[in-house]
Amino acid sequence: MRMARILWVGWLFHLKNLTNSLFFVLISVLQPVIFASIAFFMFERANRGGGLLYAALGAGLMGIWSSTLFGSGGAIQWMRWQGTLEVAIAAPVRFLWVLLPLTVSTATIGLYSIVATLLWGRLCFGVPLALEHPALFALALPVTVVSLGLLGLVLASTFVLYRQASAFSNLLEYPVWLATGLLVPLSLLPGWVEWLSWVLAPTWGMEAVRNAALGGEVWQGIGMCILLGAVYLALGSLFMQNFERRARQHATLALT
Amino acid sequence: MTAALRVFFVGGRLSYRALFNWISPVMYVTTMLGSPLFQILFFTYLGRFAGGRDDDFFIVGNAVQVSAMAGIYGMVMGIANERQFGTLSPLLATPANRLAVFTGRALPNIVNGIAVSTFGFAASWLLLDFDPDPRSLPSLGLVLIVTVAACTALGMLIGSIGLRARDVFFAANLVYFLLLLFCGVNIDVGSLPGWMEAIGRALPLTHGIEAARRIVAGASLGDVAGLVATEALIGVGYGVAAYALFRALEIEGRRRASLETF
Repeated sequence: MRMARILWVGWLFHLKNLTNSLFFVLISVLQPVIFASIAFFMFERANRGGGLLYAALGAGLMGIWSSTLFGSGGAIQWMRWQGTLEVAIAAPVRFLWVLLPLTVSTATIGLYSIVATLLWGRLCFGVPLALEHPALFALALPVTVVSLGLLGLVLASTFVLYRQASAFSNLLEYPVWLATGLLVPLSLLPGWVEWLSWVLAPTWGMEAVRNAALGGEVWQGIGMCILLGAVYLALGSLFMQNFERRARQHATLALT
Repeated sequence: MTAALRVFFVGGRLSYRALFNWISPVMYVTTMLGSPLFQILFFTYLGRFAGGRDDDFFIVGNAVQVSAMAGIYGMVMGIANERQFGTLSPLLATPANRLAVFTGRALPNIVNGIAVSTFGFAASWLLLDFDPDPRSLPSLGLVLIVTVAACTALGMLIGSIGLRARDVFFAANLVYFLLLLFCGVNIDVGSLPGWMEAIGRALPLTHGIEAARRIVAGASLGDVAGLVATEALIGVGYGVAAYALFRALEIEGRRRASLETF
């Protein structure tokens, strides 16, 4: 019960906090809408009208990845700058459970992206919003968000080892958009990319969300998101312990 | 005149080194080379999926547009970071020629923008079979210089706004992404709705990208002279507007004692 409260209150607090950030408004609403518009125009020009919902969902998931990447990747660094890292580490509860709501909230704020791209597509491009499996769609979205939040935990616990975590965030945005098939089908990419895509939750989340909306097998994507989420949680926990131990040993907790 | 030139060159170089957040090799490689490279790959593959255009259309559009990484972000940091870092008041207390102070900051970013775009073209040649006629390269280079300079002028304008605005980096990010949409980078400007086309034609990059595409397709520099001249004129327009705004906000900042208030 106490753990559930920590996760809930932490998630809500960070969600409100991120919603007030202009940067997150940019990457979770404006940027996906701009990318969706580009895709709509490209698809329309090539007479791929049927692909508009596909593009809207893809651009929305791109926004979830961006907010997770920039939010989670820099999470511990921000806590350092704000002076809250020592307090959070010293709290009786494990630091992992303090950080997890933050990384999940960075993925959750990406839900604005889906709403924004679907509404934008509907209002400006006449994108049909008829979903094949609405109930599964409503299930696939939160599962995807949580799995990305858990991936964010891995990012947070590894990026913290490098002073210029934002450099990695800048670098990883486009490659993951590509390697997880959010807008470009994996079949168009070199074969090795598909192997890489299997260990990335956005691939399976996209498959589940897209198939729920357009028709197709949904449970495989949901199942893989849950499985990968569990792996990310284990890895994140391991990396976080390593970070805590090293920071305590070398007295580098507050050093930026 | 000598002092102004010294402020232009030495001041610009110092500003670049001091305020340019990506000066470390890791930051430069990931942000200025890695991100543009993957942007080019992403849109070229998206273009293949969407169909209707060949690879060159997307490669040229994006390889030119990525220069905005330096032109927009670099310029905004070069000007607006003076205020963020608390060095604006001492800078404006000096009797240095303002035009030299202002334009000197642009030169390193123009050079950097050209380097980023050149890297984008070279990477496309290596990874995407982009293979323009070698004889077209000098013309392409000239178009690139004009386009990057014009784009940097837009960055100067946004940077000047940063002398007053609270969060100019939000504007810089937004403008960078809007350039992707409005400037014919991935969509032919002529196929955009009329109002979007009108905005696109008033922005830097649009005419430069169009000229670069035609040169890669085999046109001569003379064939695209009109487009290049229009791009240059747009750049001059933004540059003049940026300098006027810079001076106006400097005067206003002195009058209201608000140079470093947020």
